[in-house]
Amino acid sequence: MTLLETHRLRKSFGGLCAVDDVDLAVAAGSITGIIGPNGAGKTTLFNVISRALPASSGRIVFNGDDVTSLQAHQVARLGIARTFQATTLFGNATALDHVLVGYRQRTRAGLIDALLRSNRLTREEDEAHDAARDVLRIAGLSGHEARRAQDLTQEQQKRLAIAIALVAKPRLLLLDEPSAGINTDQTRGLITLIEQIAAAGVTILLIEHQMQVVMQLCRRIMVLDDGKKIAEGTPEEIRHDPAVLDAYLGRH
Amino acid sequence: MALLHPTAHTPRSGGPGLVPWAVLVAALILPLGLPNDYYLEILTQAYVFAISACGLNVILGLAGQLSLAHSGFFGIGAYAVALLATKAGVSFWLGLPAGIALCALSGYVIGSICLRSKGHYFAIFTMAVGIIIHLVIQKWESLTHGHIGVIGIPGPDPVGPISFDSTIARSYLALFFLALTAVAITRLVRSPVGRTLMAVRENDMLAEAVGVDVMAAKRTAFTISAALAGLAGGLFAGFIGFLGPESANVEMTFNMLLYVMVGGIGSLSGPIAGTFIVYGLSQVLAVVQQCQMVIFGLALVVLIRFMPAGLAGALRSLVRSRVARAQ
Repeated sequence: MTLLETHRLRKSFGGLCAVDDVDLAVAAGSITGIIGPNGAGKTTLFNVISRALPASSGRIVFNGDDVTSLQAHQVARLGIARTFQATTLFGNATALDHVLVGYRQRTRAGLIDALLRSNRLTREEDEAHDAARDVLRIAGLSGHEARRAQDLTQEQQKRLAIAIALVAKPRLLLLDEPSAGINTDQTRGLITLIEQIAAAGVTILLIEHQMQVVMQLCRRIMVLDDGKKIAEGTPEEIRHDPAVLDAYLGRH
Repeated sequence: MALLHPTAHTPRSGGPGLVPWAVLVAALILPLGLPNDYYLEILTQAYVFAISACGLNVILGLAGQLSLAHSGFFGIGAYAVALLATKAGVSFWLGLPAGIALCALSGYVIGSICLRSKGHYFAIFTMAVGIIIHLVIQKWESLTHGHIGVIGIPGPDPVGPISFDSTIARSYLALFFLALTAVAITRLVRSPVGRTLMAVRENDMLAEAVGVDVMAAKRTAFTISAALAGLAGGLFAGFIGFLGPESANVEMTFNMLLYVMVGGIGSLSGPIAGTFIVYGLSQVLAVVQQCQMVIFGLALVVLIRFMPAGLAGALRSLVRSRVARAQ
């Protein structure tokens, strides 16, 4: 079953076409990789899928529903979660508070509940704290709940960003360069975490520059160059694709 | 704009500790020790302005949006109470909630428009809104009597056996509303709603990506902020008994901003402490009125240079470094 599809998806900034009529299909339960040279439009594609940017044309279908005209928070609530390339978090809030914000979309208590400290608020807060502690444990951050995000290491911040995205139990997780800025050992740990998440049934679409990470994690890979999809297939097929070699090794 | 990135964070959950109770007891005893009604009047006004400053802190400190329309809402609340009482004979106790509701409604509508802009643009946009509200109040003479203002606004009627005719009774009434405001904001900050506002303030892209309706969250903060300005304005009108358009002046907004900045943007107690310090000082310095703004200006520069998070922030870092050294 296909969880996410894009049909001739396009995003242009003035005369520049960052995403050029991209057709994409992500099978439910898979780990799919997106690779391509710098400036190929990978992050823009993520921004359009997660609705951080409006599409210029084309369609995005998630789980059978057309989500092309929804807002970012609406697609998030439908089950598309994401991390950002630069590990941006919520300032100096604690790790636990960060994850609790991620769980907010699952709770209903509003202003009146907050002012009256209603039963619903207490119940939801307990539920949110349980979910947050669980996901921090999965992300390998047990014991760091009360630490400020800015006091965590780069690797821990990366894990925290994934925890925030994961806590509301999304169907699809978009990871933008999960291995950027961390060393080889830490990357190995992160690969294990991503595999665990996928094993729990979350479909994963990831942008990655490190080839060994992509080749190890993904069963399908899509290659973007200049906003266009130039190849798609298994890691083996991609490795020998002339168009890909051309895009990476230089143009005529 | 470093000021818009306060270092305040969602406080740990758990008991509020003894400090708020000690402050409340002190506040209850204080009016009894004041030598005359003049000081009581000052104290009462400080309570009222502190409520307004707390309201500004909701949009500025919690949601991170510098709104300069605040005194406009203060004016709307004040004029609602004043005009309902003098023109329609509506009692203060009905006029006050009506004024708050009107402010909340106009806050919701105005917020929906202004919050489409961000950062400096939002500040400029809201300042224009504040000026427009002030001008409407000043120029709509048939309703507001323009420059002359509204006189003879009746104060609050007695509630059961309690009369609010004396200055001291009014000061306790103002204290009651300030305490109520402080409790409400504390509960708000320590709730998922407050946490969501913190997320919007710190990183709206990430907040939106995890399913937070950023616009709705900011609009909620703006509405609460306007409603609290309306409460303060309504109390102001009922207590002072007369009202001029200068109560909705943009200068009033900058006073509130000064109170919040001195006390500490985004902290719970900062805006209240800041109001007492700055408003108190302005009364002491009233004798040197011409130089007052020079003194405040210099003090503000020094404060922002050395204590960007205000007095509350400076105190917090002091406590934290002491604790760290003790460990």
